[in-house]
Amino acid sequence: MGNVMENKINDADVLLDCRNVWKIFGSRAPAAVKAVIERGLSKKQVLQEFDCVVGVADASLQLRRGEIFCVMGLSGSGKSTLVRLFNRLIEPSLGTVTVKGREMSALKPAELREMRANTIGMVFQSVALLPNRTVLENAAFGLEARGVAKEKRNLIATAALEKVGLADWTSRYPSELSGGMQQRVGLARALASDPEIILMDEPFSALDPLIRKQLQDEFRQLTKSLGKSSVFITHDLDEAIRIGDRIAIMKDGLIVQVGTAEEIVTKPADDYVADFVAGISRIHLVKAHSVMKSVAEFRASHPNIDVHSLLKATPDADIGQLIDLTMQTDRDAVAVVNNGQVVGVVTTRGLLRGVAGNPVEPRVAA
Amino acid sequence: MNLDQLQFSPGAYVSPVVGWLNSNFHPFFAAVAKGVEAALVGFETALLFLPPYVVIAIAAVAAAYFISVRIGIVVLLSLAFCLLAGFWTASMQTVALVVAAVLVSVLVAFPLGVLASRRPRVEAILRPILDVMQTVPPWVYLIPAVMIFSLGVVPAAIATIVYGIPPMLRLTTLAFNQVPKSMVEMGQAIGASSRSILFKVEIPSAMPTLIVGLNQCILLSLAMVVLAGLVGGGGLGLEVTRGLTRMEMGLGLRAGLSIVAIAILLDRVSKGALQARRRGPG
Repeated sequence: MGNVMENKINDADVLLDCRNVWKIFGSRAPAAVKAVIERGLSKKQVLQEFDCVVGVADASLQLRRGEIFCVMGLSGSGKSTLVRLFNRLIEPSLGTVTVKGREMSALKPAELREMRANTIGMVFQSVALLPNRTVLENAAFGLEARGVAKEKRNLIATAALEKVGLADWTSRYPSELSGGMQQRVGLARALASDPEIILMDEPFSALDPLIRKQLQDEFRQLTKSLGKSSVFITHDLDEAIRIGDRIAIMKDGLIVQVGTAEEIVTKPADDYVADFVAGISRIHLVKAHSVMKSVAEFRASHPNIDVHSLLKATPDADIGQLIDLTMQTDRDAVAVVNNGQVVGVVTTRGLLRGVAGNPVEPRVAA
Repeated sequence: MNLDQLQFSPGAYVSPVVGWLNSNFHPFFAAVAKGVEAALVGFETALLFLPPYVVIAIAAVAAAYFISVRIGIVVLLSLAFCLLAGFWTASMQTVALVVAAVLVSVLVAFPLGVLASRRPRVEAILRPILDVMQTVPPWVYLIPAVMIFSLGVVPAAIATIVYGIPPMLRLTTLAFNQVPKSMVEMGQAIGASSRSILFKVEIPSAMPTLIVGLNQCILLSLAMVVLAGLVGGGGLGLEVTRGLTRMEMGLGLRAGLSIVAIAILLDRVSKGALQARRRGPG
């Protein structure tokens, strides 16, 4: 998925900044929060001492402009709570969420409504379409709530429905649509407000696999082409890898690891993540730079082969591409070239290791 | 100590309170009575102003035009039955009393019901009160109403209003509790004000249960109106009471069936009117 559009992500331009955010549920939550500040209690200690459930513990992440940031976790991991902290559907117990430089907790009710209406859109797993309104009226609902005149909002909503491929369905009712189409309406409703950030709360989880895959691809393409940024919540690692530029893995309210799909698959932070990524196909995830060995090492083991005679690949070439290259010649290696320099060599052994899930070649030759 | 002496007599406490209310708040109650009476008489007069045939025709055509032809036919048949049974005036009095009482009941019960669904504490306070209100036999409502407002149409209206509140309140709370949380979240996430969320998300979602509540409110009010015949409430209740006290089977039956006709009329018209606003298939 290494297409050109991803270059639009600007590292310096943080749209949504979430710093050390906690959400503690329970009747003694304030006391628990105090203890967290003063004594630095862990999630487990909070549960034992205060009988309070920690939904999100000390979460920090940044969403950059143009980025799709996936938060992956199983049910109960706190991912849905986390996403609701971003648009303040849930108030954080501790920590700050800053959107476009404005701290969410400091916003007055009217400013918060403004922020939600203009800057942060949201799509729900349950879709939440109003059954008594047509597809068009549902897509226009956000604009209607903001008091946009009927003609204008219908025009904008129609355009949004066109983007999601539902232009012919405007006068239908939600009950007449399939699940996938309903979720497209939910997306159109979010897009109609033209927000910079779209929060996606497990939007495709209830759909069947084929439709889900189709919607994932469409969503990624649409988000990139419209220049939107998105926080995408999912319980499905395949989904996270398919659409996320970066992925955060959550477990029991904690963010265990943040990184690109490749980083997470090749360098899992702990056993939990390792277990998760064990079943993931690495062919399109692991790149040349993480399976290559140095030129010197290669020369030592293959003194007869000139590195410059090998077929060349970039450091970002994935294992699938490397296999294709290897199959084109009778050589067992591909040179990795960056800026005209050979920076390393990928051997067939290296490729096999990459596929098997152990990209680091052992120092001692077998 | 003699156990026979132990007894609880709420009347001993209630009666002085009612007496105190009567002697200190008489102008207030008199004003309420006058207001209620004026409203009811005005309503009745309006219904009885035109000849019955004209009223029936207007009502049936309006129902057919604004709701549906089917409801128009229901209106035509039920009103025609009341006229042919010989109770046109009594029927219109009953319609006026029930419609007015239900309107006031809904005005009181709906906001309280919404509040109870939002604030669990309000619900905890209201629940036992509603339990008592719903288990106390309806006759008992008439006693304080009569004590304060004396006989006539006013205590009948007050008792009917009070009796109609619990079902509407309960079902309003239930209806709002049943609104999916994700719907309200969607409204918030989209930047809608709480007023928009109430009117555009919650009330439409709650409507099917709210209609059941209104239906219960109407039927219980009608039941109360019959009992109110005992205290001079007039209308069809008076006719039923007359049939009972004179052992006139035919009179009682005709009046009873007219009440059924009025019940069907009010139920179908109110349901139809509220559902007509819920467009969409099914």
